[in-house]
Amino acid sequence: MNYLDFEKPLAEIEGKAEELRAMARANPGMDVEKEALALDKKASDMLVSLYSGLTAWQKCQVARHPDRPHCKDYIEALFTEYTPLSGDRNFADDLSVMGGLARFDDRPVVVIGHEKGHDTKSRIERNFGMARPEGYRKAIRLMDLADRFGLPVITLIDTPGAYPGKGAEERGQSEAIARSTEKCLSLTVPLISVIIGEGGSGGAVAFATANRVAMLEHSIYSVISPEGCASILWKDAEKMREAAEALRLTAQHLRDLGICDVIVKEPLGGAHRNPEAAIAGVGKVVGRMLSDLAGKDGKAIRDSRRKKFLGMGAKGLAA
Amino acid sequence: MNWISNYVRPRINSIFSRREVPENLWTKCDNCGTMLFHRELADNLNVCTNCGHHMPITPRARFHALFDGGIFTEVEVPEPIADPLQFRDQKKYTDRLRDARKTTGEAEAMLVAEGEIGRTPIVAAAQDFTFMAGSMGMHVGNAVIAASERAIKLGRPLVLFSAAGGARMQEGILSLMQMPRTTVAVQMLKEARLPYIVVLTHPTTGGVTASYAMLGDVQIAEPNALICFAGPRVIEQTIREKLPEGFQRAEYLLDHGMLDRVTPRGKLREELIRITRLLTGQPPAVAAELPPPGPVETTVDLGGAARKPAEATDTSP
Repeated sequence: MNYLDFEKPLAEIEGKAEELRAMARANPGMDVEKEALALDKKASDMLVSLYSGLTAWQKCQVARHPDRPHCKDYIEALFTEYTPLSGDRNFADDLSVMGGLARFDDRPVVVIGHEKGHDTKSRIERNFGMARPEGYRKAIRLMDLADRFGLPVITLIDTPGAYPGKGAEERGQSEAIARSTEKCLSLTVPLISVIIGEGGSGGAVAFATANRVAMLEHSIYSVISPEGCASILWKDAEKMREAAEALRLTAQHLRDLGICDVIVKEPLGGAHRNPEAAIAGVGKVVGRMLSDLAGKDGKAIRDSRRKKFLGMGAKGLAA
Repeated sequence: MNWISNYVRPRINSIFSRREVPENLWTKCDNCGTMLFHRELADNLNVCTNCGHHMPITPRARFHALFDGGIFTEVEVPEPIADPLQFRDQKKYTDRLRDARKTTGEAEAMLVAEGEIGRTPIVAAAQDFTFMAGSMGMHVGNAVIAASERAIKLGRPLVLFSAAGGARMQEGILSLMQMPRTTVAVQMLKEARLPYIVVLTHPTTGGVTASYAMLGDVQIAEPNALICFAGPRVIEQTIREKLPEGFQRAEYLLDHGMLDRVTPRGKLREELIRITRLLTGQPPAVAAELPPPGPVETTVDLGGAARKPAEATDTSP
């Protein structure tokens, strides 16, 4: 288990309980269960209190937690007959974006998402979930496919943002993002998005311009990373706590602002402490959002999506 | 003491001191360092007369040079709610906005206008880099939408001059949402089969490039304009290597197939007239200095055929 900095006291208690149990295993005569249980209780109480009042910056940390379930985990658990499709037909296949045909509740769909990877090797392979132009162009191709065959599109968002690289710029990163957003807005099939971790800037918008946007309880969605914002506006990247607060990037704030439609509750202590429960929660919400939009006329689906975005920002946080 | 020192000298002094001497009569070229006289620089559309370096130009000055006889009508942009996030960094967002309004004399970072260029009716929008780095917040989003709606209502092409450091961070997620919002505006234009021409000026970066500024039917850039999503500094920090000469500049993008044309500011007007007329199936523009568009009655006096085709294109919905 990887602990975040604000979870240090919790790590100590859980560590002690584990130590006691290890000792008991080594000395069969010893009875430590009572003490260990007391520590467990203390730890779970602490978890409740820690997670009941997470600050915006702490939420960023949870959203980026290395053990958090990623796109691949959701696809494996929630979809059947997943058939990955690759390549942008122009240059390359971008592994930071995965997607393909699949069934959700037996219904054929197209699923697309950012994948960050779970260990050093896969993280490098997946470029830490930062798409290059080919990733957006692959997504455009898949969305187009879905549109022509009447399949709903489900996107799972988890990216620090677009990849700031030389090749990515040369091959038209901005154009690729713009076209992907444009494709989202022209689909005549339902498009629903779930932000499962980080919704980083343009890289997220390119897939999340959807009819319905759900966010996990401790996920974030922002125009810029708190560190980036701090270094520009505070001239000090260490002011990320203040920046995170000011940016209003938590699911709770975004629901108030009308950006997020549904918040998916996470298990106590974050999705990584009980991935199955987190994934099941997302599955339930996706199912509900899909059936909300099922059977609607294609043009109406597209127009309502456009109308939703045109109307955004009509009320601020004060409203 | 005589009448010269008591009377004449003070009078002479007062005459000279009363005359207002504007500051900044001279501007130094950012590129070659030549001192340029302000009037000469303005006449040359803020392009250095020595080295051809393009310096920022305000939307108002640009429109003045672009539209026939310098005449244009501003298109009203719906005002968004102020400071939606109650944002404050080291300074309050509302204070930053107030300062920008004071120094620029403009309400926000984008100006929308309608008028004629070479007798071709168009709607134009221009972003103001001097106003909080032209950043895209709700106002800029509303301006792009208003420009598109106005162009559709009048059946005219839209010409948009972009210039921005990126998104307006102080509006947080709502500035990010201007990417889809402005994209809808571009889609509406396309569905109305109206030309949408983008002129990218220095610098156009971030979310602006990744939305309306890269979705034009024709993409033109001013020479040497920086056009990118992630800026060169961010990339150098990430990949830790020196970037090639001219990286992310207009000519570099042209070479990489990301633009249609790179056109100096002085030639833009002529080119925009030609392209809009070609795309809307109008005859070539009259190649002569034309008087500014006057009230409709005066066209009767002209009686010439030259005026009529232009009139006919000014279709109402």
